[in-house]
Amino acid sequence: MSSRKLLAGAFSVAAILAFGASQAQAATEIQFWHAMESALGERVNDIANDFNASQSDYKIVPVFKGSYDQTMAAGIAAYRSGNAPAILQVYEVGTATMIQAKKAVIPVSDVFKQAGVPLDEKAFVPTIASYYSDSKTGHLISMPFNSSTPVLYYNKDAFQKAGIDPTHPPKTWGELEADAKKLKAAGMCGYSSGWQSWIQLENYSAWHGVPFASKNNGFDGTDAVLEFNKPLQVAHIQFLQNMAKEGTFTYVGRKDEAVSKFYSGDCAILTNSSGSLANIKKYAKFNFGTGMMPYDESVKGAPQNAIIGGASLWVLSGKDPATYKGVAKFLAYLSSPAVAAKWHQDTGYLPVTTAAYELTQKQGFYEKNPGADTAIKQMLNKPPLPFTKGLRLGNMPQIRTIVDEELEQVWAQKKSPKDALDSAASRGDDLLRRFEKAGS
Amino acid sequence: MEKRSRFNTSLLPYLLVAPQLAITALFFLWPAGEALWQATQSQDAFGTSSEFVGLANFKQIFTDPLYLSSFNTTIIFCTLVTVSGLVISLLLAACADRVTRGRKLYQTLLIWPYAVAPAIAAVLWSFLFNPSIGLVTYALAKYGIVWNHALNGSQAMFLVVLASVWKQVSYNFLFFYAGLQAIPRSLIEAAAIDGAGPVRRFFGIALPLLSPTSFFLLTVNVVYAFFDTFPVIDAATGGGPAQSTKTLIYKIFAEGFQGLDIGSSGAQSVVLMVIVVALTVLQFRFIERRVQYS
Repeated sequence: MSSRKLLAGAFSVAAILAFGASQAQAATEIQFWHAMESALGERVNDIANDFNASQSDYKIVPVFKGSYDQTMAAGIAAYRSGNAPAILQVYEVGTATMIQAKKAVIPVSDVFKQAGVPLDEKAFVPTIASYYSDSKTGHLISMPFNSSTPVLYYNKDAFQKAGIDPTHPPKTWGELEADAKKLKAAGMCGYSSGWQSWIQLENYSAWHGVPFASKNNGFDGTDAVLEFNKPLQVAHIQFLQNMAKEGTFTYVGRKDEAVSKFYSGDCAILTNSSGSLANIKKYAKFNFGTGMMPYDESVKGAPQNAIIGGASLWVLSGKDPATYKGVAKFLAYLSSPAVAAKWHQDTGYLPVTTAAYELTQKQGFYEKNPGADTAIKQMLNKPPLPFTKGLRLGNMPQIRTIVDEELEQVWAQKKSPKDALDSAASRGDDLLRRFEKAGS
Repeated sequence: MEKRSRFNTSLLPYLLVAPQLAITALFFLWPAGEALWQATQSQDAFGTSSEFVGLANFKQIFTDPLYLSSFNTTIIFCTLVTVSGLVISLLLAACADRVTRGRKLYQTLLIWPYAVAPAIAAVLWSFLFNPSIGLVTYALAKYGIVWNHALNGSQAMFLVVLASVWKQVSYNFLFFYAGLQAIPRSLIEAAAIDGAGPVRRFFGIALPLLSPTSFFLLTVNVVYAFFDTFPVIDAATGGGPAQSTKTLIYKIFAEGFQGLDIGSSGAQSVVLMVIVVALTVLQFRFIERRVQYS
């Protein structure tokens, strides 16, 4: 390239930059605080840039605010001091807290209505939309964005080594135990799992068609009490305690610690978020497959449907109508089939609309990436029952910590499953009552 | 006859202390007052509805057996961090004091860890001891020791104490070392001529003369263990397994920032504040009397 061309090129770049800057000044800036780190954060930035380039009235400014709890705390602190962002990403267990703050939050269905932007609420996957909908009106309160569900991962090479059919992931808990025993006999650790409250209690309950808490898991009122200390769940925890005792179930931590235990090749069976797929793909040096969450054959009607984890987008109050119009347009853009499908394919999160799911099927993505549709199949397995739509319980992050603390004593063989779950339920109920009181 | 000089105006002294008072008010009295006020409220996370509940939050925490057991955890943790931190650094300082060749190198290396942020220190240690992929875990497994601080409470406590002490040792070392250097050589030489060995000289001369330093470090280390160790606990164990590393300060963080229960965490902060004020007063009243300032 000659120097003259280079100069001309530089000028045109400068002109574009200047043009872009003047355009940005005219556009209404909309703050979007999120908790999507590294690669996920880059995808969020791409989406915002594409949206900003597609029109000139609004400019979405995505800001990474740390982990889920840090982002939520930052949003709340900003609201209390009057500098709240227009859009805040909040994890699923913060949903009840957000709903309780009626003055601080505008339901997304209202945002769309006031802005005159059409919103087809039927387009969303029912088990995802219901988690974030008003239990009385059925309208969306927050915008589904990144949702995941627990799936089973298994190490095909290890299965082969232990003499198990590598094309057949364990379908039931009984099969999982039998496989884990064979793996242990072959010198491996068997089964490990992350996010125990979410997987072994919240999803176990929904997958087997029983409630996690009364009042339809809290959807029908803040006076709900926890019901995960019933015989079915106690039996499941007992089953896992026995596996822990035999050494076929290994507990390594409350969050994603088990994932590294899987991709390092130690444990050949893992249950964890479908969102872990990207990491496992990156680090696992062996053939692996995915399967649905195991279920107990003895339970009639199982498997029912899975419930989601992840986060949704909330619209905070106190901005002018022009901002909310931009917010509505951006949220509509996010849920358009092409954008939602790309987000799903890039990240491993669920497609939030059925159109995005169908588009992904049409593009042949699942043939090229076997197992990428396990999560969505679990969500669509059966239409949800009133108490398998999700959870709406206050102080839920703390309740999860309580479950962690109690179950750790079970895995360490220090407490019986019944005692641990009873104690977790009663400690959790105290927190629910505190939440009920603070919101009244 | 008046010998001391006096300023005639009564305003000047107040002006001179005003910056200090302003800083105290801004960074201590105001937040402390805010915590006290929040401790008497029952409010939702966004603060849109708030109700005065008097001492109900205090009553709730003091009837919670787990809050009371957190006191035990804190006492064990603080004692371990303070005692082992002081002893190890004193030992290192005493050794470094006797080194003649390469003294600068020892000094520099021993001070380095202080430049590492507490959370990073904890992340480094928990990588080494990671139950799934840690280097130390693998090494211990070779000797038949199962390291899993996600399940074993004593191992978890050991890990957070190790990470906290490792960081604080540099700071303590610096002060002890400076203190040892300040001891007049003539005293030590006189003792040596009288036939006292290195150990005797240390306990008979160096240790008593170090008492102002030791006292200062005791206060600083107790406050460090109480307040500054929560990033370490957060990064290494998250308070687990069960509640075995949930100290008072970590509980406040977990309930206030993660749980967004402002009333309860406000009440806990007030309690912690009272404890630390009481401890400091106790130290200054009773221990300081035995300290020899030369």
